[in-house]
Amino acid sequence: MAWLTDLPWQVSALGLVCLLGLGACAGPAQGAKPDLSVILADAPAPMLADYGLFTDIAATKPAARVRAYDLINPLFSDHASKKRLVFVPEGVRAQYSQTGVLSLPVGSVLVKSFEYAETGRIETRLLIHKSAGWVGYPYVWNEDHTEARYAPIGAKRDIEITTPAGQALAFQYAVPNQNQCKTCHQSGNAITPIGPKARNLGSDQIAAWTEAGLLSGAPEAFAQIPSIAAGQASLDARARAYLDINCAHCHKSDGAASNSGLWLGWDEDELVKLGIGKHPTAAGRGAGQLNRIIAPGAPDRSILSFRMASAEAGVAMPELGRRLIDENGVTLINQWISQLPND
Amino acid sequence: MTVKKLLFVMSASVLLAACSRTETEAPPQLAQEETDSIGEIIVSERDGSRIISLAADEKFVENLQTALITADEGDTIIMPEGLFNLTDGLSLDVDGVKLLGSGEGRTVLSFKGQEGSGEGLLVTSDNVVLGDFTMQDTAGDGIKSKGADRITYRDLTIEWTGGPLSTNGAYGVYPVESTDVLIEYVTVKGASDAGIYVGQSSNIIVRNSLVEYNVAGIEIENSIGADVFGNTARHNTGGILVFDLPDLPQIGGHSTRVFRNIIDQNNTDNFAPPGNIVGSVPSGSGVMVLANENVHVFENSFSDNRTANILLVAYQDPFADERYNPLPRNVVIRDNDYSGGGDDPQSVLADLATPLGGRLPEIVWDGVQGWGDTVAQEVNLVIAEPEEIGFVSLGLGSYPLDPAAISPSTTRPQATPVKEPGPILIAHDVKP
Repeated sequence: MAWLTDLPWQVSALGLVCLLGLGACAGPAQGAKPDLSVILADAPAPMLADYGLFTDIAATKPAARVRAYDLINPLFSDHASKKRLVFVPEGVRAQYSQTGVLSLPVGSVLVKSFEYAETGRIETRLLIHKSAGWVGYPYVWNEDHTEARYAPIGAKRDIEITTPAGQALAFQYAVPNQNQCKTCHQSGNAITPIGPKARNLGSDQIAAWTEAGLLSGAPEAFAQIPSIAAGQASLDARARAYLDINCAHCHKSDGAASNSGLWLGWDEDELVKLGIGKHPTAAGRGAGQLNRIIAPGAPDRSILSFRMASAEAGVAMPELGRRLIDENGVTLINQWISQLPND
Repeated sequence: MTVKKLLFVMSASVLLAACSRTETEAPPQLAQEETDSIGEIIVSERDGSRIISLAADEKFVENLQTALITADEGDTIIMPEGLFNLTDGLSLDVDGVKLLGSGEGRTVLSFKGQEGSGEGLLVTSDNVVLGDFTMQDTAGDGIKSKGADRITYRDLTIEWTGGPLSTNGAYGVYPVESTDVLIEYVTVKGASDAGIYVGQSSNIIVRNSLVEYNVAGIEIENSIGADVFGNTARHNTGGILVFDLPDLPQIGGHSTRVFRNIIDQNNTDNFAPPGNIVGSVPSGSGVMVLANENVHVFENSFSDNRTANILLVAYQDPFADERYNPLPRNVVIRDNDYSGGGDDPQSVLADLATPLGGRLPEIVWDGVQGWGDTVAQEVNLVIAEPEEIGFVSLGLGSYPLDPAAISPSTTRPQATPVKEPGPILIAHDVKP
């Protein structure tokens, strides 16, 4: 526990009750399955294990109807490895959508665990579709990886990792707090998932979800987003895919950055809204002494590049969820801006 | 029954319920004035809403953010006296919460070591009251409230303690995309953009506040219906700005009254990071109206703003936003007091003032009436001041500029009266 900030007082209070031996707070039983009474309760469960999403203490073995999935393009998260699971209650299915996130029914849970080879699992975030809408809860693992506790204010952990490029880095990993969950997952006044869009899951997974009884309404073929990492798609497509998954959850008309008028979603086709030739609005020193979000042909004069290449609070974009610079992402976006025509 | 409701209450039956996963029991009722505590938090209840008092101990910062996250609608969170160091931004997303300190300069939240987040405090819920504390040295903005209707900022100080530096955060107080915004008795010092900035909002009051050593003292931008009065704006680069900019979700700002303010010596060199629109504000600007409509500037006291006491200007850059009109129009200037100023115009206005003897009069209009291929537009500027109050049109004509066509004139433009908007009324504007 040494690496965690001290637990918030109310979680400690609940933990105390668990120590007193109240059965409801015990760990998962053998053969556990997701517990809808916990999933749909008004309040977060004190421990991740309480939801019954896993059959083992270390949360590596998903329970029945809890299915692993991957995204074609993930958000950059300080090089953390992310393990994603989806739970859809028995008797109901998600509905296919081509443009937006799959419509997951009430009782569904999206589970995302963050880990590094050097640290093991650090945190598990839940997005739960309650009767009144989606909510996000952060859970933080203890050092022994035997339990993950609800941590509404998140946590900080000093870690050392080796990046995929072989660089050794020491930095403070930040588990976002519960409000920060909403900042990224905001859609108007509501919270929505970001990742599980059909185009970002791909036809193989969509077919598998349908086969497993989790999803209905999916066509046999639909347009997928190109993989950024695979590098086969055009530069324009990969750059737009990068902006879509890394930026557009806030930079959209009903997102946390709506007031900027900078909208970076895959479907955006207005050049000014994409930042091309657009002046900064409320960037402050985040503008980096530059006066265009994207100066076509000139990444070194583009605020977008400047903020992606910064790790400094008040300058760095995205504001949340990263402390490191996504060097590959900066390179991709710089290449893209370099070849944009300067009319 | 919610766990978070229970967490503040230390009793065996309540805690049992919290873990029982049943939803059948009625919520426990706290007796009036009953007080319980967990660690360093005192929770009392008065008139049906909770008062959560935090102690000045080593747990304060995490207790504060926890309280902001787990608060119930209507809760009051009270911060103690003390200087507290924060390394991450705070956020509030619960409606109806009051976050109160124990007085400006007594409760001080210092963000000198801030490592994360774009502001010191982000509010995204409605009916929030913020008051009685000081916030220092945030990495980005001080307090931002977005989509936060019926918010009150009262008796707050937001400051950057190193003086006016381009590395300071952009805005001190920053409500945006909100309706019914009340800001009063707020002090902001050192913002590298605007001390008090209200953007893309409607129905706004900014009054009785002090802004100094910011780039812009107060800025109303892309907003509809604002009363800005009783404020002192001094030693900023520009005192009070009323702007409208293209390419934002809400454009077409109009109906702002700027009155009975003290606008004095806004002569600080422009220290905005280049690239931002306020970077183009000449040092020594008292009031500046840019591309806004139906703006009334009256009964203010102007003194010694070295470029000009009042500037009426067009947006200069090319734009593609078809909704946008870059000209100031239907502006009324009347019944202000003027003392000094205009004696040392700065930046681009220094050159433009050269043919006028290097000085500018009290009221300066750029004389722009068109842009691109548009024909000249009627701007209707009502200059209702005594004859001895100077006026000049710089006669720039249209953007992009044609230097050969520039023709300055001191003749006041013909104008028709503009009906003044009625006072801004805000339902939650009641004396505490």
